Amino acid sequence: MTTTPKPEAATGSAPAKQDASHGGFSGDDRRTNTLGAALGDYVRRLRGGDTGSLPAVLGLVALYVVFGLANDNFFSLINQANLAVQAASIVTLAMGLVFVLLLGEIDLSAGVAGGVAAAVAGLAIVDHGQSWWVAVLAGVVVGAVIGLVIGVLVAYLGIPSFVVTLAFFLALQGVTLKLIGAGGSIPVRDEVIRGLAIDNVPVTVGWIAAVLIVVVFAALSLLRLRTQITRDLQHPPASLVALRIVAFAVIVLGVTALLSLNRSLNPNFVIAGVPWVVPVVIVLLVLWTFVLGRTAYGRHLYAVGGNAEAARRAGINVRFMKISAFVIGSTMAAISGILASSYSGSVNPSSGAGNTLLYAVGAAVIGGTSLFGGRGRAVDALIGGLVIATIANGLGLLNQAAYINFLVTGGVLLLAASVDAISRRRRSAAGV
Amino acid sequence: MAEPLLQLRGVNKSFGVVHVLHDVDFAVYPGQVTALVGDNGAGKSTLVKVIAGIYGRDSGEYLFDGREVSVSGPKDVAALGVEVVYQDLALCDNLDIVQNMFLGREEKRGGTLDEASMEARARDTLGSLSVRTVTSVRQSVASLSGGQRQTVAIAKAVLWNSKIVLLDEPTAALGVAQTRQVLDLVRRLADRGLGVVLISHNMADVMEVADRVTALYLGRVAADVPTADVNHSRIVELITSGRSGDLGIAENPATATV
Repeated sequence: MTTTPKPEAATGSAPAKQDASHGGFSGDDRRTNTLGAALGDYVRRLRGGDTGSLPAVLGLVALYVVFGLANDNFFSLINQANLAVQAASIVTLAMGLVFVLLLGEIDLSAGVAGGVAAAVAGLAIVDHGQSWWVAVLAGVVVGAVIGLVIGVLVAYLGIPSFVVTLAFFLALQGVTLKLIGAGGSIPVRDEVIRGLAIDNVPVTVGWIAAVLIVVVFAALSLLRLRTQITRDLQHPPASLVALRIVAFAVIVLGVTALLSLNRSLNPNFVIAGVPWVVPVVIVLLVLWTFVLGRTAYGRHLYAVGGNAEAARRAGINVRFMKISAFVIGSTMAAISGILASSYSGSVNPSSGAGNTLLYAVGAAVIGGTSLFGGRGRAVDALIGGLVIATIANGLGLLNQAAYINFLVTGGVLLLAASVDAISRRRRSAAGV
Repeated sequence: MAEPLLQLRGVNKSFGVVHVLHDVDFAVYPGQVTALVGDNGAGKSTLVKVIAGIYGRDSGEYLFDGREVSVSGPKDVAALGVEVVYQDLALCDNLDIVQNMFLGREEKRGGTLDEASMEARARDTLGSLSVRTVTSVRQSVASLSGGQRQTVAIAKAVLWNSKIVLLDEPTAALGVAQTRQVLDLVRRLADRGLGVVLISHNMADVMEVADRVTALYLGRVAADVPTADVNHSRIVELITSGRSGDLGIAENPATATV
């Protein structure tokens, strides 16, 4: 598939294949026949620097082992549920950043844009007595407008996104401060918004949803494989597809099972079920995975990130793509800010400032999204976000001084960026 | 001989005081490879860009299929079925062959990408061009060699039913075997009835695949002859001095009145 082609070998088997039903070409390799071959292919891709999410998954396992050994509470159900809620806002922010990073741009203001959006949403409820959905809508619109302004400045004036968003990073903190007032804080008491973080999906509903997700995933995978086989297209071996479905089912059902157990420390009441933020993140994940993988818009994003000039010559409106990426990034930042306020129960002037953004950039990059553009998936944000949240959570449990937290997070971000840069070099050397 | 598919008549083009193209006549015939040769600065690139619609004309006619057409931009030219394959190829490394061939013109079904149709069509196109070196249409373009990338860029033109393909130095950066493959492909394009324009510095390539040669010398057409009527050294003479025996510009414009 992605190996260096060998013309001699290819022409050798040419005549037999050329007679195949419809117009194949010599050496046309339609599928990796066996699971072993698929595995070999994967190893070659890894060696070529196309590491994908593997470092993040390995890192996550390592972190679980380290923190699990260091602190008895790490594996407790209540902490694991807490970790899921903590991760939600990072994952959401990172998912938006994936769009910006795909174009090789950066949005340093995404964290504080989320802070502004959360402040607007909070004020809409507290000061203006609006219902939760009006507040959320207001916050999301604020995010979209911020993204639009950034996108226009980058696409039309040609200011590097680094500078534009650095300016917004400073200015938007001023906006939050003005909205809330120095030393002030907006409490988040709305049942729905606050409930996202502290309430859980009823256990039976959670199970039904989990089973449905698995069934839909399996059905879509199999349907796709069937189309590929009947139309004689390149496709993975059926065993690999089956393996993927099983792995997916194990993860989804396993997580649901763990979160459905009673995790209350108090014997008088029960806490069980998937926290509401999890389905929110899943819906966003499915939406953006679909957009990136199955629509022309997503394809064009990758094209612009890979080679903007080629995309322009192919008739793609590069400016529109840039603006839209920033709009998506800031809109997701707004949702992330609201999720963060739901978790912390309040919005204050420093919401979204500090290391929020670097956590999210780190999450996207650790998950396998390239800082150089053209590579990235929505699920990268999920995997990377879990890694970052695990670090924050584990260090919190270990009661480390704040400086350690900064050092570790900075180090992890640097490590992820190094992996990205090295794998990029290997890719260009291996031509994967 | 068949009617020319595309014809430029008396084209002039200046950039400020620099008169780059002088009354240039140029024709592309269906099923033929027309080589466009000339030294650096002779106006080859300018002429290609005029044909591609990137540059306008100061004067002169632009005829397609015998009718004069108004061309005011690259989109008009693309709509006529003229595809330019530039030297730098303009492919996205992070996308695979199918994705590159359909870039900007994706096939959709119900709002989503119709990967199955695109893959099948890309495969059919590559198959019809007897492409030998690409192992999989789902290979990322980054993993392709220079010749294979050229092949993909050319196949893209075929996929979109272009009538004319302009190739800007397609073999400039290629090794011997790869050059061979690309030249074979160029020949096959013409055999399919397309009008092919080959811009090249390599006289061996020109003599091998071209049916006609148009030589530019300091912005003028020095000669427009069947390849069979000239040989390697005469083309070189035309390129370097604008004259060769009975062919060429009567008076050397470099020494004529300026």
